[in-house]
Amino acid sequence: MAILINGTSRVITQGITGKTGQFHTRNCVEYARGADCFVAGVTPGKGGQEFEGIPIFDTVEEARAETGADVSVIYVPPPFAAAAIDEAVAAGMGTVICITEGVPVKDMILTRDRMRSSDTVLVGPNCPGVITPGEIKIGIMPGYIHTPGRIGVVSRSGTLTYEVVDQLTKLGLGQSTCVGIGGDPVNGLKHLDVMQMFNEDPDTDAVVMCGEIGGSDEEECAQWIREHMKKPVAAFIAGVTAPPGKRMGHAGAIIAGGRGTADDKIRALEDAGVTVTANPAEIGLAMRQAIGKD
Amino acid sequence: MKVHEYQAKEILRSRGVPVPRGGPCFSAGEAVNVARELGGSRWLVKAQIHAGGRGRGGGVKVVDSLEAVHNAADEILGMTLVTHQTGPAGQQVSRLLIEEGVDIARELYVGLVIDRSSQRVVVMASSEGGTEIEEVAARSPEKILKTFVDPKTGLAHDEALDMMRKLELDPAQAEDGARFLSLLFEAFWETDASLAEINPLVITADDRVIALDAKFNFDDNALFRHPEIVAMRDTDEEDPAELEASAVGLSYISLDGNIGCLVNGAGLAMATMDIIKLYGGEPANFLDVGGGATTDQVTEAFKIMLRNPDLKAILVNIFGGIMRCDVVAEGLVQAAAVVKLKIPLVVRLEGTNVERGREILEKSDLDMITATTMADAAEKVVAVTGN
Repeated sequence: MAILINGTSRVITQGITGKTGQFHTRNCVEYARGADCFVAGVTPGKGGQEFEGIPIFDTVEEARAETGADVSVIYVPPPFAAAAIDEAVAAGMGTVICITEGVPVKDMILTRDRMRSSDTVLVGPNCPGVITPGEIKIGIMPGYIHTPGRIGVVSRSGTLTYEVVDQLTKLGLGQSTCVGIGGDPVNGLKHLDVMQMFNEDPDTDAVVMCGEIGGSDEEECAQWIREHMKKPVAAFIAGVTAPPGKRMGHAGAIIAGGRGTADDKIRALEDAGVTVTANPAEIGLAMRQAIGKD
Repeated sequence: MKVHEYQAKEILRSRGVPVPRGGPCFSAGEAVNVARELGGSRWLVKAQIHAGGRGRGGGVKVVDSLEAVHNAADEILGMTLVTHQTGPAGQQVSRLLIEEGVDIARELYVGLVIDRSSQRVVVMASSEGGTEIEEVAARSPEKILKTFVDPKTGLAHDEALDMMRKLELDPAQAEDGARFLSLLFEAFWETDASLAEINPLVITADDRVIALDAKFNFDDNALFRHPEIVAMRDTDEEDPAELEASAVGLSYISLDGNIGCLVNGAGLAMATMDIIKLYGGEPANFLDVGGGATTDQVTEAFKIMLRNPDLKAILVNIFGGIMRCDVVAEGLVQAAAVVKLKIPLVVRLEGTNVERGREILEKSDLDMITATTMADAAEKVVAVTGN
C-alpha cells in the first residue's frame, strides 16, 4: 500500500531525452520493481523513438493512452516545467511529481489555479521526489539508503531528507513512503496533505516531518496534528540560526515580516504533542522516542 | 532581486501609476540640476540603498532651496546608513533620488506579496501608512485589508474600489485609488515581482493619489524573461562574497560567526548551521554547493570563506547521493592544496562510496579532522575553534 506510489504504479518520464531525465530514469528503472513501473517517456518531436527500451511519445496524452500510466515525473527545464505539469494534468494523470528546480512562481500560481478543478495530485516542484522503499523510486534520491518499513517521512528539502532516512535505517526503522514536497513557496502537496495520507495509511505507524523556515505550512500541519493525528510524529525544523530577510537557498526559505521563524514552528509542533528535536543528528532518535522504543 | 526606489518608480511611471516627478543622481552638482529642472520650491533628497528605514537613519531630507539641495546631497552621498534592515555594518550611499515636494493630506499603506496558503497574489491595504506594516500586523491585524487576486482575471475594479472605500476615501479619491491599485497589480504581475510595497501611498492636499515611496523585489527564477529588470541590478548593494559565490553556482550567505560551513543542499546547510550553534559555536556562513560540488566549486567556496578574516575553522558536511563521496573527497584534497589551507578543516562525509571517500581523506597529507556523524563533526569543529 504505502502512499502515493507503489510497485503497481505505471510511470511516464516527461523530459526523458534530456541529460537529467535520462540519468535518473535509468537509476529509477534499476531500483526494486522499477523495470516494470517505468513504461514510457515524453519528449515533443521525439515520438516513436526509444530510451533503453522505454518507448517515447510526443505527448503525455498519447503515452497515457498507449501504456495506461497513472503517474508522471517531470525533469524538463524551468521555463517549460509548469506547461509540462499542465499537460500531465490535462491528460488526467493521477499523480504528477515535478523535480525541476527554478520554476517561476507566477507560472506555478497559474498552474495551481488551473488544477482547482482537477483530481491530480502534484508533488513539487523543486523536490527530490517520492520513494516507497523496496517497491518503487520516482526521483533523484539515492535508493540504497532506504529500507522498507513502517515510518513515513515528509520533508521540504533533499539532502536533509537523505540524512534523516539514513539515521532511521541505521536505527532499524524502515520507511513506508518518503515524500519530498519541495522548497518552493507555491507548490503541490504540503506537509498537512501528506500527514493526512500517512494518518490513513495502514502501512504507516509513525511519521517524521522535516520543515524549515518560511511560510506557515508547518504551523498549519501542527494545528491539524493536534486535532486529528492518530500516530506518533517526530519533527526537526531547519533554520533556527537563519537571519531574517535572507533567502536560505530554497525560494521559500525566508523569514519575512517576522513570520515563518523556526521558533514559531517548533512551538506549534510541541503544542500539538509532536516530539521535536533541535539536533539534526538525532532526528532518528526522536522518532524512536516518539514511538516509545526508548 | 531587489531594485532601488527610483527604479521601482520608473517601472510604475512607465505603466501609468502616479508617482512624484523626480530623477536619480550621483553627485551634489547633478542633484542641483535635477532639482532646478523639476522646478518648484521644495524638494526631497532621498538616499538610494536597497534597505528600508532610510528616513529614520538620516537618509531622507526635505529642503526648500537649491543651495539646501546641494548641501543635503553632499551630506548624504558617501554616508554609511545604518537601518534596521542593513545590519550593524550599514550600507554606503552612492545614489540619490531628487523629487518634487508633495503636500500630504493622508498616508496609506499598500503592499503586494505571494500568499503561500491561497497560492495567489494578495493585495494588502491599510490606513496606517508610513509606519512599519509588521508593527501594524502585530498590534492591530484587523486594520490590514486583504484581497486575494484571481490570477485568471487580475485585480477586479470592484475589489479595488471596495478596499479604497473601506479606507474611508471620498468617492473621487476612491476611484483614483482603485485605478492606482489595478495598475500596481498589473505592474507586479507583468514583471514577475515577488513583493511590492507602497509605503506610504499618499492622498495629496490637491486630491491626487500618488506613490510617495516604492519598493519592488523580483522572482529570481523569472529573471530570464525580464532583461529590462536584470539591467537595473546594482551589484554595489550586494555582499561581494555572495555575488562571487552566485557567479560560480554556489548559494552563499554571510553570517557573523567564525566557523565556515560547506554543505550540499539548502536544508542540510541550514541544519549544519543549527547544529554548530547547538554545540556552542557560531556559523560564519550559509553555503550550499548544490548537487555538483566539483573540485572547482569547492576551491572557489574555500577561497570565498577564507576571505573572512574572522574564520577559525571550516566544517564540510556532504551527504553524497548522486554525488559520490570519493569524488567529493578528491575535490576537497585538491582544493585544500590549491588554497593552502592553514586553519583546521573538519570533514563529515556520508552516503554513496563513503568508505572510499574517507580513505582518500585519511591518506592525504593534509591536516584534516574526519567525523562520522553531524554531531561528531559539530563537536570537533567547535572544539578546535576553542569555543
